[in-house]
Amino acid sequence: MKRILVLVKQVPTSESVRLNEETGTMIRTGTDAAMNPLDLHAVEAAVRIAEASDQAIAITALSMGPPQAASALREALSLGCDEGILLSDPAFAGADTWATAYTLVRGIRTLGDVDLILCGERATDGETGQVGPMVAAMLEWPVLTYASRLEVCGDELQVGRAIEGGMEQAACPLPAVVCVLRDLNDPRLPTLSGKIRAHEAALRILGASDIEADSAHLGLGGSPTRVVNVTYPSFRRRAELLDARQDGIEAAIVRMQRFLGIEETGA
Amino acid sequence: MSRSSGVWVLGEQRNGTLHSVSHELLAWGRSLADDYSESTLDCVLVGHGVREGAEALIHHGADRVYCLDHPELAIYRTDSYAALLEALLRDYDPDILLAAATTMGRTLLPVLAARLHAGLTADCTGLRIDPDSKLLLQTRPAIGGNVMATIKTSYHRPQMATVRPKSKRSLHADPTRDGEIISVPVDASRLSSRVRRVGFAVDETMGSPIQDAELVIAGGRGLRTAKRFQTLFEIAERLGGVVGASRCAVDQGWAPYAHQVGLSGKSVSPATYVALGISGSPNHLAGMSSSDRIIAVNSDPEAAIFQVADVGIVADLSEFLPSWLERIQSLNGERAS
Repeated sequence: MKRILVLVKQVPTSESVRLNEETGTMIRTGTDAAMNPLDLHAVEAAVRIAEASDQAIAITALSMGPPQAASALREALSLGCDEGILLSDPAFAGADTWATAYTLVRGIRTLGDVDLILCGERATDGETGQVGPMVAAMLEWPVLTYASRLEVCGDELQVGRAIEGGMEQAACPLPAVVCVLRDLNDPRLPTLSGKIRAHEAALRILGASDIEADSAHLGLGGSPTRVVNVTYPSFRRRAELLDARQDGIEAAIVRMQRFLGIEETGA
Repeated sequence: MSRSSGVWVLGEQRNGTLHSVSHELLAWGRSLADDYSESTLDCVLVGHGVREGAEALIHHGADRVYCLDHPELAIYRTDSYAALLEALLRDYDPDILLAAATTMGRTLLPVLAARLHAGLTADCTGLRIDPDSKLLLQTRPAIGGNVMATIKTSYHRPQMATVRPKSKRSLHADPTRDGEIISVPVDASRLSSRVRRVGFAVDETMGSPIQDAELVIAGGRGLRTAKRFQTLFEIAERLGGVVGASRCAVDQGWAPYAHQVGLSGKSVSPATYVALGISGSPNHLAGMSSSDRIIAVNSDPEAAIFQVADVGIVADLSEFLPSWLERIQSLNGERAS
């Protein structure tokens, strides 16, 4: 194995994310942002594989996003990735999961040889978990989702998948895409020297023409799905409140027991 | 040959046993097919020894069940399932395809959508047909449950969605319901899989025990200590329920991830949900507000959890919980003696 690619995504960290009312897509500028938490586990897995190997393995972090998503790539570099590549172009904006996967795959094909792709199982903003398997399908590579154990044995991956009812042990030849869960590892913190290196590193920024993308498949216009409406959830009930600070704990317990049908009224 | 049809759902089985989420999908599919005027509801079932399951699918609302039955299909494999279903979907060209948002559905449908260049919406909690355009309107929570986004796919087919388990109740089985079971020949060249299962360690806590429970006793940050959270396990056991946890409680290490309720965990809709020291983040509410009955205990009278609860108790959990446990223990003791 010579090169591992980690797909990272910058996500908003605050809960006050805004949506573009017209397109229903997220406004990704002007909010606090960081690398998607599960992607940290993907980066950590890549760094551990490289550390355990006796050959040199290069780790490339790849992201698609607006220019400020570069900071998520610098975070990846500070944690041990060797190189950061940002796919950024106004034409990519508003992409759904299909168009995102298409763009990433164009970027991956531009990079050349990759043996293993790691990514977080889902991102905290979209929560779809679709881009990893879609990238695998477009590359015609096998995909292993819900990975909570990962080992490389020569040209074979051994993966523990946390699925309904237990842990599946699966084996698969390289190249492959693995979508990871947080049980996989405990990500390290960046070192000071790592942060300095990340700060000074040059990132490659590639646009639509650099990756020879078909413009019909990019961004909002190239997305099969479209957000048509956004509503703020309304809640249908309003609790009848009992305040134990006034009515006492005993009254509260009786109310709970009655609600659960354990004690009759007045018991 | 293209045989256009309406609404398809992907049944789910494990080792020949139908998973109950298939019935929930049929309930969704039935309401869509009925809205879709004169559309049939078709179901695909991939597996081995699935005949009995196919009959149950008809009793729960399917008009036709396409069975792909082969010993090598007994367990889910992305490569073979995707290759067989891609061929079937290209042949029959349905307008709509629904699957459960299980680990299988959430892996298989993205692969199919990528290959078919179809639109796919993840983890839907609401589905309906737009009366004018006849397009599928797919509603899902977004941004941690802060908003509900409605999504459509205008030009690509099928319109695909994964649907959150427990977002709809199954229809009652009707054993007199008639339907057609069609055995689809399995093309052996599509059975190969690059991924091999080399073992399986059964661990029921890894599944979704909280999703099948009728009583969930859930705790959050307001419990403040791991020790206090532990008492929930005793309460749940004595009351015949299971323990749920907020994201915060899981992040604190008080409960394993399998117990997490909310958008980032599992959706539940039990008969009774007891929220203890849970403030009610949008993320959490998105995963439990469809419970039949909800009671919440929280020290903050303004907590959002009270907006979805039927009964709210304002109390400090450090005071409420030990007294409540003592009461439950004494009642249990009385019954035992």
